[in-house]
Amino acid sequence: MTSEEGRKTIDAVAGHPFFHGFDRAFIAAICSKAVEHTFVVEDMLAVEGTTAELLYVVLEGKVALEIGAADRPRLTVQTVGPGEVLGWSWLVPPHHWRFDARALKATRAIALDGNVLRHTLSTHPTWGFQFMVRFMPVLAERLENTRIQLLDIHGR
Amino acid sequence: MAASRPGDVTSSAVAGHPLAPVPYVVRAVATETPDTTTLTLEPRATKRIPRSRPGQFNMLYVFAVGEAAISISGGNPDGQLIHTVRTTGKVTSALTRLTPGDTVGVRGPYGHGWPVADSKGRDLVIVAGGLGLPPLRPALYEVFRNRESYGRVEIIDGARSPKDLVFYDEVQGWRRRTDLRVQVTVDAAGKDWYGDVGVVTTRIPDARFEPERTTAFICGPEIMMKLTAQALVARKVSPDAIWISMERNMKCAIGFCGHCQYGPSFVCRDGPVMRYSTLEPLLNLKEV
Repeated sequence: MTSEEGRKTIDAVAGHPFFHGFDRAFIAAICSKAVEHTFVVEDMLAVEGTTAELLYVVLEGKVALEIGAADRPRLTVQTVGPGEVLGWSWLVPPHHWRFDARALKATRAIALDGNVLRHTLSTHPTWGFQFMVRFMPVLAERLENTRIQLLDIHGR
Repeated sequence: MAASRPGDVTSSAVAGHPLAPVPYVVRAVATETPDTTTLTLEPRATKRIPRSRPGQFNMLYVFAVGEAAISISGGNPDGQLIHTVRTTGKVTSALTRLTPGDTVGVRGPYGHGWPVADSKGRDLVIVAGGLGLPPLRPALYEVFRNRESYGRVEIIDGARSPKDLVFYDEVQGWRRRTDLRVQVTVDAAGKDWYGDVGVVTTRIPDARFEPERTTAFICGPEIMMKLTAQALVARKVSPDAIWISMERNMKCAIGFCGHCQYGPSFVCRDGPVMRYSTLEPLLNLKEV
């Protein structure tokens, strides 16, 4: 990655709603191995059971999070779009994706490296705490939404 | 917001006996989903029920079977009525089996509807869950007819799955309009669905409106309306400006029998559309 590409990546992450207000030095640190990806419809961003060392920062498009079992069709349980982040398995051992992520439309996302994230968060506890304060509500909201799905609010 | 409310019809508007139905003939039947049907009705003779306001309901009588309260999902000045019915019991099952040419009894319209006129000048957030869209449909068309009188209009349509979305083609047409924003989401979907997936409350944070000048109409299952109202309140919409449409087992529909009592209210007479601020304490009770 050239320095110009690196600066553009840092700008894009710093401008993403999830990272709004973070120290630019922190953004630069977690972007040290970041890669911008573009996906076409049906491309897989993540495959359940495989190694998960990425946090996707979604810039454009729409991604379906899918779960399934051998005896039934895969089920989309959530869609993720611009302004959102995708993936928590990089944080939780054994770092395997717990779902499939499939592009529903042309999607652009920056993939942050999980090793870099874990190293940065653990060696800079202040940044680490700030990040977790931002990241936990995302997880909590998704847990709450899953509970609402379990309520089957459109059931009869 | 003005205190007046539309639809102050608390007794049968039909001349004669207040419970006497007027014969209507089924002109068209459209299948919305495997268990949901839209009926187009027209008066069999010159006698017809008065024009309804958005959000009101009629009592539909399948002769020799029984009567059910069904919200009005459309109509025209010539007396045509549109009702969307989901099979949930004996009467609704009979209604969905009607075919063109059959006769059905109609009485109404009843109840308080959506405060569409009183919401002029404000942003509108209209949230439908499942079969909640049909009762909102007449309100939407009234807003469309007077579009310049309202601020931003945000429509959120949610359902359990793609096959449970009603009036789907019509909603797709609304999505092409540039003067409103339509979000459609389902709780879960298969691989052939390329739209949004997530419960309807997940779309509230992304909705575009100014909370202090926003009125919300919500219609759907009670738990969906409660959670949606909570999400709107979290975005600083006043509970007084949130209206929800209640559903109860209605029998007389004229505030007489008490079957539809909900706390201190009769849903047929005091609703079905009611302020969230009034209902909020009741919605949080495990049993009313």
